[in-house]
Amino acid sequence: MLIINLLGLLLIALIVWWFWLYKSPTAQLDSGQITINVNDGVYDPAHIRVPAGQPARLGFLRKDPSPCASVVVFKDFDISEELPLNQIKEVALQPMQPGRYSFTCQMQMYRGELIVE
Amino acid sequence: MHEAKHHTEHCHHQAADSASGASGSTHELLIEGAGCASCVGKIESALQKVPGVTQASMNFAQRTVSVSGNVSDQSLIAAVEAAGYGAKVAASESTADLLDEKEQADFAYYKRLMREMTIALGLGVPLMLYGLFIGEMTVNTTGERIGWLLVGLATLAVMLFSGRHFYVGAWKSLVNHNANMDTLIALGTGTAWLYSMVVVFFPQVVPEMARHVYFEATAMIIGLINLGLALEIRARGRTSEAIKRLIGLQPKTARVLRDGQEVDIPIEQVMQGDQVRVRPGEKIPVDGRVVEGHSSVDESMLTGEPMPVEKTADDEVVGGTLNRSGTLLFKATRVGKDTALARIISMVKQAQNSKPPIGRLADVISGYFVPAIMIIAVVGALVWLNVGPEPTVAFAVVSATTVLIIACPCALGLATPMSVMVGVGKAAEAGVLIRNGEALQTASRITAMILDKTGTITEGTPKVTEIVPVDSTDEAEVLRLAATLEQGSEHPLAQSIVESAKERELSLGSVERFNAIAGHGVEGSVEGRALLFGNEKLMHDRGITIDSYLERAQSMAAQAQTPMYLAADNRLLALIAVADPIKQDSVAAIKRLQKDGIRVVMLTGDNRETAKAVAEQVGIKEVFAEVLPEDKSKKVAELQQQGEIVGMTGDGINDAPALALADVGFAIGTGTDVAIESADVTLMRGSLHGLADAIAVSRATLRNIRQNLFGAFIYNAAGVPVAAGLLYPFVGVLLSPVIAGAAMAFSSLTVVSNANRLRLFKPQEH
Repeated sequence: MLIINLLGLLLIALIVWWFWLYKSPTAQLDSGQITINVNDGVYDPAHIRVPAGQPARLGFLRKDPSPCASVVVFKDFDISEELPLNQIKEVALQPMQPGRYSFTCQMQMYRGELIVE
Repeated sequence: MHEAKHHTEHCHHQAADSASGASGSTHELLIEGAGCASCVGKIESALQKVPGVTQASMNFAQRTVSVSGNVSDQSLIAAVEAAGYGAKVAASESTADLLDEKEQADFAYYKRLMREMTIALGLGVPLMLYGLFIGEMTVNTTGERIGWLLVGLATLAVMLFSGRHFYVGAWKSLVNHNANMDTLIALGTGTAWLYSMVVVFFPQVVPEMARHVYFEATAMIIGLINLGLALEIRARGRTSEAIKRLIGLQPKTARVLRDGQEVDIPIEQVMQGDQVRVRPGEKIPVDGRVVEGHSSVDESMLTGEPMPVEKTADDEVVGGTLNRSGTLLFKATRVGKDTALARIISMVKQAQNSKPPIGRLADVISGYFVPAIMIIAVVGALVWLNVGPEPTVAFAVVSATTVLIIACPCALGLATPMSVMVGVGKAAEAGVLIRNGEALQTASRITAMILDKTGTITEGTPKVTEIVPVDSTDEAEVLRLAATLEQGSEHPLAQSIVESAKERELSLGSVERFNAIAGHGVEGSVEGRALLFGNEKLMHDRGITIDSYLERAQSMAAQAQTPMYLAADNRLLALIAVADPIKQDSVAAIKRLQKDGIRVVMLTGDNRETAKAVAEQVGIKEVFAEVLPEDKSKKVAELQQQGEIVGMTGDGINDAPALALADVGFAIGTGTDVAIESADVTLMRGSLHGLADAIAVSRATLRNIRQNLFGAFIYNAAGVPVAAGLLYPFVGVLLSPVIAGAAMAFSSLTVVSNANRLRLFKPQEH
């Protein structure tokens, strides 16, 4: 029983580390632009480094027909764009202050992050 | 942004080219199945081999290829398909097409989900009925082991066919350090299946009492959640009805004069400056200014104003409205994205996708939701294993599965956006444009409303309100004489006299020896009679007796009318009153606001007496009079300091600073000449009912959001502990995973359906 309990606690620790503490690898913009695939519940890449004070263009290519994926929301910038299926939708961002800004679907299940530095 | 715009224009030109069938036109194809950069060369060379193609170049990132040459789209698609890829004509980016495409995609997805649901329930329902009524779902004999093994494999097939998207999504999220609804469903159904398979293969490792299989739960949950998703797509489609209706207003073609001939062309090809002809019963294709013709136009679809508007030369017409009686020729002034309709559509879409602050807490929670539920599932299972009754393993598995399945982050996330979508759309239908979710929320909390007098409560253009002839002179004759005399004057009151005469279709004569007497009136000779028209003082100065009409004049003044005297050959002819008339429905609309518990205050630059007279007529008790234009915003601040949440309603031009300072600024439009960019809320029609509608819709929407959020919070807060087994010590029952699956599937559907209820909302006009 002790082993089972320890395993359980270990599992909880693993969940906390994997989903909350782990620092994901990040992708860079290529000449101010990047294309993000929207498929199977994730943005790929989901963590994107953006130089501060420069505009950025994010192209979203949605391949997931689920309605969950159909809108991308940048709540810090009051941007909310509908993503057509199998077409690239470009979201243009004004130059940003350093910081972390999340982008999500309407239900916050698809999650991505802009790391502006 | 610029690039995107450029791209769109580019597409339009291409569409135009291919529509005209000109040789050497450009074709744009969307390529499917091109997974790697090396495909580019293959596709390009395949296309270049098609006879007639002069050039083919592919944009790998966009998955599009543009081909020049005199060929048909079909032959190009055939060439791409022969090379092993899929292709279709790239859709134009018009909103209507995008919406159609979205609907088709949604419908295809709906059908897929329904198919998957049928298969899953096809296995799950008989299994569940068997477990309930026929036999035990336990594994003790070898025969049972073989039987359940077959069922287990069938369940696996269902998982792979009907539930594949959950498992793929869960896995992809997991490797991305992300967790979502798929994760919960995959873990829940996976746990149930895996445990059951362990029971089948190694019954000896499980206590005898716990040798139970849960294949029916796995199949049922997958089926029910697919069903929930499918129904949700249907319900979601209905939430965008309002925008669909707006988009549907846009006609597809226009009849344009080219080289002296009328030709029908696609709407995208209409250019600024084109002369456009519309016949009775046709929609006006783009915005413009009437060149010739006379007609009445129904603008209700945009402004909510039920009465048709008369249009004649020099009047503005708006794309999407309906030409009723006559034929109009007009010059296009705004086309494409710049038309009022296009701007309204884009503003409504933007607003529908924005979130009011009330949803923020739900957002924060949903960010941590899924991993937290996983932890609760583990903790729950540990508690069952440690202190639960026998068979502990079975209880632990059931509780963990049920917790994972019942938790519904989606209901929480959907609560706000669905209601905003319907509410903003509903408002747009009533001619009320709400800028964003925040404006919607604040509008619902307004406690005080400042109404500008001129142009908001009143028409804004003075009119003749009363003619009191002396003796038996005809009213029309009096007006004709006065208007003839005033033709040359530029005074606003004089113009109102001339306008009134024109309205009654009186033909004006000519005036001689016209003389304006500053501050008093005018004089001149009309048809041989010496006319004098002006105020009381002018009459006194000229020694004309007006005594018997003084009282009448004073009562006019007390009703915010301006009395003027007309004399002919030194004898009084008539008393004419001019006033800025109160809009027909201002009184009723103001009553509606007051009934909603809003403190209504009138603001005006006019003198105190006129202001008071108007206020009394419309039932307003508080008045800020003699306010200079630059001081209007100070009055807004004054009310805010008293703790009020202040709405300010004005014409959006003169009142811009006050509108900006107010918690919510309402710009009241006249027809479709809207100052869309200036205010939080734009009222497309002049009626103040629009204002009361806006507040009613915003309140109804916020109430709906609160219901949704409350429901979603309570559902999760109550469902998860019950699923974990909190009630077991008291009632001895643990929730079945199948019921959890059904609850979860229908929780988000309930949210969407509740939001849809808003569609039935009707603002009360009286």
